[in-house]
Amino acid sequence: MAILVDHNTRVICQGMTGWAGTHYSAAMMEYGTNVVGGVRLGKGGSHHLNLPVFDTVAEAITVTGANASMIFVPPPTAADAMIEAIEAEMPLVVALTERVPVQDMLRVRDCLKGSRTVLVGPNSQGILAPGLCKIGVMATGSERKGEIGVISRSASLTSEVTAQLSRAGLGQSTTVGIGGDAIHGLSMRDCFELFLRDPDTGGVVVIGEIGGAEEQELAEFVAETRPDIPVVALVVGRHAPAERRMGHAGAFQKGVGDAQSKIDALAAAGAIIASSPHLVGETMRKALQLKAA
Amino acid sequence: MKLQEFQAKAQLAGYGIAVPKGQVALTSEDALATARGLGSSHLAVKAQIQAGGRGLAGGVRLVAGAEEAAQAAGALLGSRLATAQTGPQGRQVRQVLVEEAIQSSRNLYLSLSIDAVTGEVVVLAGAEGSDNIEDRLLRGEARLESLPLGAGRELDRKQALELAMRIGLGAELAHRFADLLERLRRAFTELDATLIEINPLAVTARDEFVALDAKIILDDNALFRHPDLAALADEDGDEIEIVAQRRNLNYVRMDGNVGLVVNGAGLGLATLDMVRAANGRPANFMDIRTTATSLDVAFGFTLLLNNPAVRSILVNVHGGGMQPCDIIADGLGVAMRRTGRSCPTVVRLDGNNAEYARFRFDNFGCKVIDCPDMWTAATRAVAAANA
Repeated sequence: MAILVDHNTRVICQGMTGWAGTHYSAAMMEYGTNVVGGVRLGKGGSHHLNLPVFDTVAEAITVTGANASMIFVPPPTAADAMIEAIEAEMPLVVALTERVPVQDMLRVRDCLKGSRTVLVGPNSQGILAPGLCKIGVMATGSERKGEIGVISRSASLTSEVTAQLSRAGLGQSTTVGIGGDAIHGLSMRDCFELFLRDPDTGGVVVIGEIGGAEEQELAEFVAETRPDIPVVALVVGRHAPAERRMGHAGAFQKGVGDAQSKIDALAAAGAIIASSPHLVGETMRKALQLKAA
Repeated sequence: MKLQEFQAKAQLAGYGIAVPKGQVALTSEDALATARGLGSSHLAVKAQIQAGGRGLAGGVRLVAGAEEAAQAAGALLGSRLATAQTGPQGRQVRQVLVEEAIQSSRNLYLSLSIDAVTGEVVVLAGAEGSDNIEDRLLRGEARLESLPLGAGRELDRKQALELAMRIGLGAELAHRFADLLERLRRAFTELDATLIEINPLAVTARDEFVALDAKIILDDNALFRHPDLAALADEDGDEIEIVAQRRNLNYVRMDGNVGLVVNGAGLGLATLDMVRAANGRPANFMDIRTTATSLDVAFGFTLLLNNPAVRSILVNVHGGGMQPCDIIADGLGVAMRRTGRSCPTVVRLDGNNAEYARFRFDNFGCKVIDCPDMWTAATRAVAAANA
């Protein structure tokens, strides 16, 4: 099976009537995702892509029984769209919008506290459970159904690693783009926990990069739980240009933002570090072979 | 977007935070007039470049009197200032801030920033501010006290007072410190800042706080709410990088000979790592944003084709849902036709429309070295650059 989505996932798209919302909703329907409607204030009562459009998320839930929302709303109102979905108690919200102001995300994070919603993103390519459900903008074709979970901060590396896994004969249970922004919803650690609880996930690939401390947070969790499935990690940015690494005193104080300290933390926790970005699929294949032996 | 020091100080002054009296000068004559107007015999002349470490690099001159200020300004203006953060090539000084020099009895460190882990605004304060605070923190010679501000917009005054005590301020100063924090908190939110740093924050003999230096970074994603601030954009960074930004390319110039063309930031970082692992030296970092057209990509290739240091080009593309491989192929074709130049080009194409992209390379007559995987491509590109 998969995490976050299943056979009963019924998706609405907030911002479906725009260009991106239209294009990607249609692509998702083609993939087999059960898209049940759209939300656009002022266009309630109309139809788009042969689906009903509602003024509010709450109304869409009542009428369609939607249990997941995908957000394609432009940056100025994206946070309000997320908050609307959270307040309507939408179980899963996938925010794809790029360039959401960070202080708006502080409001969203506050709203998430104590809520029943899992927010994925923003600045995420979405969630893909091969053959089951696609909520997002990722290309499809190289994914295969299988048992590897992928957690990623980077859309481009998710496509790359998915293709590598498939070539190594390993399918994916779910690939999750947790988002490339500093402040976002579902964390690496929480996403990993979901994979651990999924009986059909037999290995997890973690794709991290410089900045923030999520990889360390995940490392702590891995060290505590000592999972019996292999965890393969790729952390990129060891040779990023100096000015991209340079922060202010706040970033320095923790000494956690650089790639090497993330790699060290994950390795110490028992994760297998892919020695190069092109070897992630092979590393997982060998790890599974070793485990089976 | 980073504000220059004088712009940051003007913003802080607008929130009632004390800064030294001063004005920005573009010429030494300007500097002389400003210095005379200030009427103080103790003055500071400070190079306005957007990089830290100016003090240690000689970009801040303390002078006595207006004539010396004019001389210092003359020496700084037009020169290139290399600090620990600019790299060896340095930045050209196009303006200087001439201001009164403040006698301080103590120098503190104070900043507001966003803690990505908690998703809250956090205050960092230290009993000692200094030029090399980053190094001293890394060496464990300085420490900062932190205070998370929570999600509410109001500052908890009791917590602010406690923070003041923790950095060794007396009762009266602590109250002023809390006032200052309230103002900064408001500025941080209203300006859509991601960082406000005052280092050093001077305590004067009369127990007043004065921001001797100020660094403000604004959230680029929120500039649509601040057209006035967006207009201040005074980019003293690399001109090519700024132009590339407008063409939907995140481009950072580096000092090697392998030019990189990559879609996606993560894959871009991965490619840098692989080129270095193959003992190569990247000439740039490039992340083609999903919104880039083939003409934008052509602009990126043109930058590399026109750069004499670039001896080979490595194209590492994984076509995604928003950006198929053929856009990149068209970009190279257009750039080669426009510039009439070529360069050994190694490509690794995978994902959406990879086959079609190969067909497009043929159409344009681009002779590329096609590799099956990223590592082979990286090693071939490095070998071609060093041939």
